[in-house]
Amino acid sequence: MGIHRGHKARPLEWLAEKGIFLVSLSTILVVFLIFIFVAREALPIFLGQENSALIKQVIPAEDMDKLKPEELRAYLGLTEKKFAAMDKETLQMLMEVKVEAQNEIPSHFRNDPDAKVNTTEWGMMVKPRQWTGYDKPEYIWQPIGNIHKYNIVPLIVGSLKITLIGLLFAVPLAVGAAIYVSQMASARVREIVKPVIEMLSGIPSVVVGFFALIVMASVLQSIFGYQTRLNAFVAGIALSFSVIPLVFSIAEDALTSVPRSYTQAALALGASRWQTAWQIVMPAALPGVFAAVVLGFGRAIGETMIVLMVCSASVMSWSIFDSARSITTTIAAEMAEAVVGGHHYRILFMLGALLFAVTFISNMIGDVVIHRLKHKLEGKR
Amino acid sequence: MNPVQSRHFRTAKFDFGSFFFTGLTGMATLLILAILAVILGNIIVNGWPGLTWHFVSTIPKKDFFDPATTGVLPMIIGTSIRVFVMTLFVLPIGVITAVYLTEYAPTHSPITRVIRAAVNNLAGVPSIVFGLFGAGFFLSFVGQHMDQLLQNPGPVWGKPTLLWASLTLAVMTMPVVIVATEESLKAIPPGLREASLALGATKLETIVKIVLPQALPGIMTGGILAVSRAAGEVAPILFTGVAYYMASLPGKLSDQFMDLGYHVFVLSTQSPDIEKTRPILYATVLVLLMLTFALNFVAIIIRARVRKKLRAFG
Repeated sequence: MGIHRGHKARPLEWLAEKGIFLVSLSTILVVFLIFIFVAREALPIFLGQENSALIKQVIPAEDMDKLKPEELRAYLGLTEKKFAAMDKETLQMLMEVKVEAQNEIPSHFRNDPDAKVNTTEWGMMVKPRQWTGYDKPEYIWQPIGNIHKYNIVPLIVGSLKITLIGLLFAVPLAVGAAIYVSQMASARVREIVKPVIEMLSGIPSVVVGFFALIVMASVLQSIFGYQTRLNAFVAGIALSFSVIPLVFSIAEDALTSVPRSYTQAALALGASRWQTAWQIVMPAALPGVFAAVVLGFGRAIGETMIVLMVCSASVMSWSIFDSARSITTTIAAEMAEAVVGGHHYRILFMLGALLFAVTFISNMIGDVVIHRLKHKLEGKR
Repeated sequence: MNPVQSRHFRTAKFDFGSFFFTGLTGMATLLILAILAVILGNIIVNGWPGLTWHFVSTIPKKDFFDPATTGVLPMIIGTSIRVFVMTLFVLPIGVITAVYLTEYAPTHSPITRVIRAAVNNLAGVPSIVFGLFGAGFFLSFVGQHMDQLLQNPGPVWGKPTLLWASLTLAVMTMPVVIVATEESLKAIPPGLREASLALGATKLETIVKIVLPQALPGIMTGGILAVSRAAGEVAPILFTGVAYYMASLPGKLSDQFMDLGYHVFVLSTQSPDIEKTRPILYATVLVLLMLTFALNFVAIIIRARVRKKLRAFG
């Protein structure tokens, strides 16, 4: 009882503890802020308030009085502060400018049905459309030119394609190595090999991207003999280099956490080394290996620099030897050109929010699975 | 089949399954090691000749693609400063959070689990999303409000700056520091804390004077890993601070900066003549690798020691 004298006896201790607690809450705050501020910039897209149509309905300046102040503000796209600071004449002038701007659009655009389309609508972003000059409906991401086409399907397909290639290459290698290091290798080999594989994660992704671009792309092309030198296949293989150490560490960790009594029992019953590893240890650690794959997926789909350097042409195709543009690449490459606060800028943030959501979910799944597995195997926590 | 026969049977027959399986998984391991060796070997062999004193100590003119006159001094300095500023923010916050999680947090309380989940989640957020966050939060929210408040005539903070890039990286590397520090705190034997408490030290005194000094190698590992990770990251600084070219070195926190990783990106994707610039590209990559990889190597060695200690007290 004497130890717990409460905060009255030691105000400094009490204060320090509360302070430390508050600082540690910053991690939660940061995750929250990331979510809020990425979503905030993308909000008008989610709510469908953005309008990217070239030709818009204009209201003649004389009709200004017919609009309610709030409608007028939304029409002119002003912030409340700016709106309040403007007098009536300025507002009227802004309206006239808008009308004039519409009148200046060349007539061949006026007759183009595409010019009236709001390309930031969800329907436009996920469904194919037959644009003027095309002979069939297509998925197109093309945020430049007069009509900005924002179909996100090619980007999602690109991301998934590259990620899947990366995982198909990385997972067998990483899990194989994890089994070898944790079950087959001698203690000496393990002590050396494990940190060396983990060193692979110390190579910056821009260096992996550089290596893939300068060295690997040509080597792979001469082996497989495909047309496009820089394609999703090269990107996927390069991507796997950054996924391997992650999948390896988690899978190795899960395999090692299987109690030694399992293996000892199996070996005592006459099972061989590989039977023990494959039929006893592997099934017990399977959720951990699954979690490793899920977390590897999250890492792969979020990888930016490697994919940005290796391939970036936005082509809608499922072929692995075609170029592909991932979501991350699109954000990285186009953010600099996008006007702050414009629809392109907001769509890029929307893609970021999408990416955040996907990785958030895959992290959560991976986390929960590992937590449960450890709980089961160690019988604690 | 009696036991004697059975044993005879087992030893006589070659255990093909084990051989095959060990071979297969061993091959996977070897392949990964080979990939690492090829990447490092290729970069060292091709980069070494270009790595001269002139190269690392020269501030390049506008055309940094010219192999004769180019250098990477501003990039080395830019990367170093942004990483240093980051450390100032991330180390205290990361260490304090780790101290809370290991020393104070009640094991089963929901808030502890949420903090842990947040840390794990932060570790998995793609680096480009951190970049967007930096642009959306630091630049256009904090920065613009600061400009309004300080009544700056033009954007001073509402644009990409060294400070925003460092802060973005600090947010990104928080889990690295937290996890490494936590690991080393757990490796300290509870007896040490109990002895300190028994001698009359308060909990805070125990942590500051006994636990933290013992955990120093682990905290250093965390710091080094964070630095090495941040030094190589390009995506988070793309929109928050990096500059394609700057004639002078960054002098203020509100300046933009040149960066080694970004320079590697520029040299490999925007070079007018890739054959001519290949030597400087390789040399730049080697400089970057030396910066990040050497640090990483040191961290892994310290970490291996900490883990051994942890196992000893298991």
